[in-house]
Amino acid sequence: MEHILLRDLDIPDIRNFDVYVANGGYEGLKKAVREHTPEEVIQIVLESNLRGRGGAGFPTGRKWSFIPKDAPIKYVVVNADESEPGTFKDRQILEKNPHQLIEGAMIAAYAIQATAVYIYCRGEFWDLAHALEEEIEAARQANLVGDDVLGSGWNCPVYVHLGAGAYICGEESALLNSLQGLLGQPRVRPPFPAQPGGGLYYAPTVVNNVETLANVPWIILNGAAAYKAIGTPESSGVKIFCLSGHVARPGNYELPFGITFRELIFEHGGGIPNGKKLKAILPSGASGPVLPATGEVLDAPLTYESVAALGSTLGSASFILMDEDTDMVWAAAKMTHFFKHESCGKCTPCREGTYWLERIYRRLLRGEGTMRDLELLKSIPRNMQGGVTLCALGEFAANPVLSTVQHFYAEYEEYVRHAEATREARQAAEQMHDYTLGEAGELPEAVGQGGVR
Amino acid sequence: MLAEKYADRIEKIFSKYPDKRSAIMDLLYLAQEEYGWLSGDALEEVAALVDVDPTQAHSIAGFYTMYSEKPKGKYWFQVCTDLPCALRGADDFYQALCEYLGVEDGGTTEDGLFTVEQVMCLAACDRAPMMQCNFHYHENLDLDKVKALVEQLRQEAAAAQGE
Repeated sequence: MEHILLRDLDIPDIRNFDVYVANGGYEGLKKAVREHTPEEVIQIVLESNLRGRGGAGFPTGRKWSFIPKDAPIKYVVVNADESEPGTFKDRQILEKNPHQLIEGAMIAAYAIQATAVYIYCRGEFWDLAHALEEEIEAARQANLVGDDVLGSGWNCPVYVHLGAGAYICGEESALLNSLQGLLGQPRVRPPFPAQPGGGLYYAPTVVNNVETLANVPWIILNGAAAYKAIGTPESSGVKIFCLSGHVARPGNYELPFGITFRELIFEHGGGIPNGKKLKAILPSGASGPVLPATGEVLDAPLTYESVAALGSTLGSASFILMDEDTDMVWAAAKMTHFFKHESCGKCTPCREGTYWLERIYRRLLRGEGTMRDLELLKSIPRNMQGGVTLCALGEFAANPVLSTVQHFYAEYEEYVRHAEATREARQAAEQMHDYTLGEAGELPEAVGQGGVR
Repeated sequence: MLAEKYADRIEKIFSKYPDKRSAIMDLLYLAQEEYGWLSGDALEEVAALVDVDPTQAHSIAGFYTMYSEKPKGKYWFQVCTDLPCALRGADDFYQALCEYLGVEDGGTTEDGLFTVEQVMCLAACDRAPMMQCNFHYHENLDLDKVKALVEQLRQEAAAAQGE
């Protein structure tokens, strides 16, 4: 089947405006503007069962329907702040299929009759963001963006805004603050972005992920029923699955929902390198709980509902794979370090929780952990979950800790056992040290130089 | 001063937004490009352009990893050592790079050319080990490739000095 999202795999030069147009590009926008009312466009997207691809999976059409029609100013903001460890799908769309994103964003903008579109790119996408601006200009010259779009009388410019390196800005309300030149920290909700007072410059705003919007032109051209026929009833359509870590062919794979973990990892990804066995899977980057690679997991279909039933989340479908040699305490420490660095510091449970969790992991990895540390690893994350913070970062940060403790507790105990053995050996040496001091009345040479400690 | 030297660019940045304040991030990049880093004076200059208190400019500069409030080497290597990259050898790569350049984690070479730093996920996990150098991506790296890059950059810097 031809790709719906990663069309560059079928048509390598599709990043160029002319090539995109020659291959049916902007026909979806034309059809939407010329043949449908904004309400009809929302209805089509609603019926397609398209859900947000940024991680939360909220129905896109519903999100659009929340925008009050009578609001004088409305915005579409594209979340291109892709920062979740293991996620690099939006990057391929932005880099290789930029017009498909621009077209999808313009259809969303038409559906809510937006005043302007802002594409918030993470700052590290420096090169592709500047290239994207040139493609927007090409679309503007063809009257597909900007003033009087396709002669409809509706004006809608598209702008690129560069972030500067902060994971939290992928959270929609922090993203809006960042775009306004405020500190990129989450807002208190309600009001939600779609409501007056909650969006960009406090006007009603739709915030959509890049991949979500890249689906929209196809849906408008081919209809809601055709899209819904792909995938499963609850998880409709196609998804880009990112494969990274211990896998033979890392990369992006556009596939229908409902294929199994096994098909994704072994057929498409080529399995685990060096003849190793697969040990653990993070299906949604660092944010979701880790799953042990059991037969039950590998045979499960990749849908929002089935991954949730396994005790994890499909999120943005960023699969980080770990082979049998992977130290799961080390892996959890890496992720904890990430969240500690990226916590914006606004809410106490997240700021303090990630800080103390990281200290515990450092202690464990230095070989100084205690059983009490393991108890803390079970209790601290519980105080970061359950809606005690303004956004989900604190909840996410708890997941790698709780899930590795749940599934790989023996590895934690091994660290502590080793640390205890070291402590006992040291104590024995210190007793010997005291005894020697008592005998000779002065420091033995080796001890004086710190040799025993 | 930025306002005189880059009047057109600044005007273009302001034209994107209904509120001047949104321009602060682009202007911080501009100041960093001009001065190499964001000194207190540079931050005051940017703050004045968007009518905010200098404290606000400081807080934004400190919040993001791509702004630097300290002088950096001419070439700023930011290596991703997050979990997906680390599973593909990024920690060892980073250590080898530091040893090759003779610097500590986060340090700058004595000739002032290279600063190395570890950063969080750069959305290139399928091409690890990787890094950005002055915001441009270099992917599928190993020590030999990065040595070649360092050599090339040293020559570029020497040529620029000779001019």
